[in-house]
Amino acid sequence: MSYAEAGCEAVRAALRTDPRVVVLGEDVGRGGIFQQYKGLQREFGATRVIDTPISESTIMGAAVGMALAGLKPVVEMRVVDFALCAMDEIVNQGAKARYMLGGQARAPIVARMPIGLWRGSAAQHSQSLEAWFAHVPGLVVVAPATPQDNYSLLAAAMACGDPVVYMEHKELWALQGDVSSQRLPLGKARVVQEGSDATLVTWSRSVHTALEAAAGHSVEVIDLRTLWPWDRDTVLASAAKTGRVLVAHEAVQAAGFGAEIAATVAEELGVRVKRLGGPRIPVGYSRPLEDEARVSSQAIMAALKQLLS
Amino acid sequence: MARIRAFENAAEEASRGGVAAFGASVSDAAFQPEVRGPLHLSTGQEGVAAGVCLNLATEDLITSTHRGHGHTLAKGASMERMMCELFGRATGFNGGKGGSMHIADFSVGMLGANGVVAAGMPIAVGAAHAIRIRHENRIVACFFGDGAVNRGPFLEALNWAKVFALPVLFVCEDNRWSATTATEAMTAGDGPLARAAAIGVPGLQVDGNDALAVHASSRVLIGKIRGGEGPQFLHAVTYRFKGHVSVDPAAYRDGEEVDRALQNDPLAALEPQVGAEALSIRNEAGAEVKRALAAAAAAPWPESAGAYTDIQHTGDGQWR
Repeated sequence: MSYAEAGCEAVRAALRTDPRVVVLGEDVGRGGIFQQYKGLQREFGATRVIDTPISESTIMGAAVGMALAGLKPVVEMRVVDFALCAMDEIVNQGAKARYMLGGQARAPIVARMPIGLWRGSAAQHSQSLEAWFAHVPGLVVVAPATPQDNYSLLAAAMACGDPVVYMEHKELWALQGDVSSQRLPLGKARVVQEGSDATLVTWSRSVHTALEAAAGHSVEVIDLRTLWPWDRDTVLASAAKTGRVLVAHEAVQAAGFGAEIAATVAEELGVRVKRLGGPRIPVGYSRPLEDEARVSSQAIMAALKQLLS
Repeated sequence: MARIRAFENAAEEASRGGVAAFGASVSDAAFQPEVRGPLHLSTGQEGVAAGVCLNLATEDLITSTHRGHGHTLAKGASMERMMCELFGRATGFNGGKGGSMHIADFSVGMLGANGVVAAGMPIAVGAAHAIRIRHENRIVACFFGDGAVNRGPFLEALNWAKVFALPVLFVCEDNRWSATTATEAMTAGDGPLARAAAIGVPGLQVDGNDALAVHASSRVLIGKIRGGEGPQFLHAVTYRFKGHVSVDPAAYRDGEEVDRALQNDPLAALEPQVGAEALSIRNEAGAEVKRALAAAAAAPWPESAGAYTDIQHTGDGQWR
């Protein structure tokens, strides 16, 4: 099953078992632009899988209202870049509702907003903005790397009861893998490869790049899976074992979430840390320019060598 | 219009096997078509771009949409440099940084296509506000699609333009489809013109596939704008011949609806009125697009170092 199909199946299962779950967003009736809602409107009808106008702020704002009135909306934002048209509704309304309203209500919203580079999509359709959302109290931030995780983490996100920014990676949609109905908690990292010389913390598409770089080396590769809450225990235990930590992500390095992990590890353990993220450039359309924004396995390998030297 | 059609057909051909959206496989990463990014074609909508822009002078400004090739050409931009941009080459308008969705040619007053629906509307209004502040005589034509009328910036931009009596022609190029969703099913009320009227922005509705009618209607409205009557609104009804992006077969549309629309081809409707010259115009357009394709294929790629330039002056191109 592909990563896109796994996400679709998770939503399908939730629609089947929980009458409070609804889907809303642009083009979802035709399966969504990446087919991550394929067949859902046919199965559950247009009142539960809701086609909307191109109105991002109201898609998100309405989801907040639906949530406060007892539903569990799954929101489609197309790409994270378009979620910026709904930032007030996500950040000032949805994320704050539970606290600000004195706990009278929660906002169980899952907002799917795919991230990442994707074949010439250029500066307004290629960003990885997970750090923006991890910075906001009230939001859960999830970035799955595999079909199984996309199924299990999306299921966990829909069940968690708080607003979740759910970030699938556009270059992973076609990735194939076995998918079971395995349940996973949010906030639990996955040790993808064990090792003793260094710890490599990463997430989303970069997990696969990191594995290429770490192949044949005794490097412990950790897929963080969830950026908030992030699995400090797993990361710190590995860091204590290896004594060296590299954090690698596709998002721009400056003020990226890698800085948070590196700082935490340094504060707690005082071990050597290093960050590797994208350069602070908009993503260019042309291949040579887009490639500059990509964090390659060679770059990760070079950073690992530096860390180990 | 023949130039736009020829360009769109060539770009579509050059994008085949490109971005595989809509559930198609993205596994064939090795295959690299000449135009690799998302390509939104304006095929069938040429009458709107041509009809409006013929009433504009070079110093007038336009803002465009993600479906902006026609507006760009009609405003006088070079076909060759646009093709170079689609090919991602250094000689493109944006040096390969923008691609189809961000085409701009400031030398002819084309301030940019846009990857975000309705995002060009406040930009157009701001440009018109600058014109007012600087006591210039030019105007702004703001192209947007039918989907844009359901985004907040539509209301905010129209209101702003009216409050400050700005020289803007709002052109709703209504191709009936918001990506894969029928706009009509998602839009309340009596349509874009009624919304504009509610804000006090007057306008006209026109058959967007009748290029001469678009030309005549926009001429009237632009005359009012130049005469100091403030913002005006043109609702041009047309049809999107192709899918949302070039790889979208648009199978969600009713076959009869599409057939009817294809019969109502704005270019085919215009050619008999042009007469004998039509054939030579079409041939010239075909030759021009061939030259553009050849030039783009031969053009140099941007240097990787270019990824770090033109970001900001203070702290430009720094990694950290």
